[in-house]
Amino acid sequence: MTLDATSLQVVKASDARLKRTDRSRLASFGLHATLIIASFIAVFPVFWVLVTSFKPDARAVETTPKLVNESSLDNYSRILAGDKGGFLTWFGNSVLIALLTTIIAVFLAATTGYAVSRFRFPGKRGLMMSFLVVQMFPFAVLIVPLYNVLLTLGLQGNSFGLVLVYCTTAVPFCTYMLKGYFDTIPMDIDEAGRVDGLSPFGVFWRLVLPLARPGLAVTAFYAFLTAWGEVAFASAFLSAADESKTLAVGLQVFVQQNRTEWGHLAAASILVSIPAVIVFYLVQRFLVTGLASGAVKG
Amino acid sequence: MAEVSYIKASRVFSGNPPVRAVDELSLDVADGEFLVLVGPSGSGKSTALRMLAGLEDVDEGAINIGGKDVTNVPPKGRDIAMVFQSYALYPHMTVAENMGFALKLRGVNKAEIKEKVAEAAKMLDLTKYLDRKPKALSGGQRQRVAMGRAIVREPSVFLMDEPLSNLDAKLRVETRANIAALQQRLGTTTIYVTHDQVEAMTMGHRVAVLKDGLLQQCDTPRALYDRPANAFVAGFIGSPAMNLKTVPLTSEGAKLDGIVVPLSRSALDAASSEQLAEVTFGIRPEALALVPSGDEGMEMTVELVEELGADALVHGAVKIGDSSERFVVRVDGRTPPSLGQNVKVVVRDATEIHLFHPESGARLEA
Repeated sequence: MTLDATSLQVVKASDARLKRTDRSRLASFGLHATLIIASFIAVFPVFWVLVTSFKPDARAVETTPKLVNESSLDNYSRILAGDKGGFLTWFGNSVLIALLTTIIAVFLAATTGYAVSRFRFPGKRGLMMSFLVVQMFPFAVLIVPLYNVLLTLGLQGNSFGLVLVYCTTAVPFCTYMLKGYFDTIPMDIDEAGRVDGLSPFGVFWRLVLPLARPGLAVTAFYAFLTAWGEVAFASAFLSAADESKTLAVGLQVFVQQNRTEWGHLAAASILVSIPAVIVFYLVQRFLVTGLASGAVKG
Repeated sequence: MAEVSYIKASRVFSGNPPVRAVDELSLDVADGEFLVLVGPSGSGKSTALRMLAGLEDVDEGAINIGGKDVTNVPPKGRDIAMVFQSYALYPHMTVAENMGFALKLRGVNKAEIKEKVAEAAKMLDLTKYLDRKPKALSGGQRQRVAMGRAIVREPSVFLMDEPLSNLDAKLRVETRANIAALQQRLGTTTIYVTHDQVEAMTMGHRVAVLKDGLLQQCDTPRALYDRPANAFVAGFIGSPAMNLKTVPLTSEGAKLDGIVVPLSRSALDAASSEQLAEVTFGIRPEALALVPSGDEGMEMTVELVEELGADALVHGAVKIGDSSERFVVRVDGRTPPSLGQNVKVVVRDATEIHLFHPESGARLEA
């Protein structure tokens, strides 16, 4: 498997070299210009949020925007000090909810995906189909029924209830991803493990999971993001009390009916995005292989 | 070390109609024996092996290892080691970890594992590669690691599922000899699956030929070659394949183009007791010979000459009745006939003629 990947890369690299020399100047210019413009469009908003985050609220929106205008770290220090609501509490809530979602979703998706990939059992097709169908409903449609379900379970306003809700979206997708990934691991490995003396769960735990690490990283990343940036469910299912909010919900305090604290909002947004960036950085080397194999075999 | 027996063991795959991949297989393998299961693809040879490994259910009958019924025992309780066609090495472990994994699971202490792995590595010339991952090895080296993984465990039975089919031709011949020698040295009961009859003949103490899930014959390579039990075995064992043609019978023998090949009394009796007007006549390419054109023999037009160095294979058409049948003759490599030439072919030795029932394919004569 890995050998194939490396040899493929070699082929690709030599291909690319060939094309680069073949390309005409004009084409090269056009291509680079397009890429630069596209990158600019993608990066600029984030850059401007960063710029704004250092400005006081009053200077954030101006007729002639400047990069630096009374810029300072004041916004950050005030947010972190809790002047604008319990930012650190929200942060803690978000981390807890996102991590729980990630752990539960990846565990459930890995076991389910493995079962679907390896075993034949009645209702297998129906199960995979229902996973697909579930993903077709827009969030807005689900809020009321899920609210009722949580109310019945006594989990309304509870962080764990929200984790369960996030799992309903993360598990089906992650299962599909991981099933595709497990399908690429040859059955022979499982069988060799069983002959070597592993129990069926041992095969899963000691052979398949370590081999599926790229796939697991990608699904974990997806599950984390599902929970980290979500607003609609979080504002509907968590209690209105300030100390139970997640970051995404908490950010709304900067946007009030009559005024918007742009500087503070931007600074808080930057702080919110840091964990997501860190997670992304950790899994990015797996992203391409993980997504690709999931996509082809899923 | 242990003996292995299949007792009317069957594997039936559900379907309409159900597929009997292995059909009432009865086979006894002695302690220390090297038994080869051979057959064309779809013959059930791999399934039979996997049933023994516990990777495939036994739907009917039973399987014993070392006198113990293991029909419903999971693979880890059977004390077997298996070499897979794909080798199935664990990609995330080094060669040493791959080889020692089973021992580690059994709770053997680290020093002992290391010692056993080192010993096996030395035997297989893998000492230099112990710290490498499988992806950094060549095909032949991976094959040896797979062997090593099996050896280290000192199991009572080795199972090998076409372990050489991913190697190139030269390495295959080399490894073939190595495996046979290794088995000789370790004296471990070995069941070896292959579709290659040359491998089967050269390696096995005994060879079991399967077709469509049914055991056709199980005997020593020599006996399979000299006395195939039916037309399928006759055609499958031996390269190039035996010439098998349906020919009319006369009171003296089998009638081929221009000549009547005399048959033994017992063969003719067997045929007449079944009231057969035709028989399946089998003769190996090496039991045929070319004679000068003046002599008596079958007229053959040379259509293809395959030169193998030491000898050559002459393919040509011979008329039998109204149809033209293809025959292969093995001749001396230095003086092969040329294409399109008309030659005369005779049976070199009448004792090398095999006769089979034209419908059932069973061997005629006692």
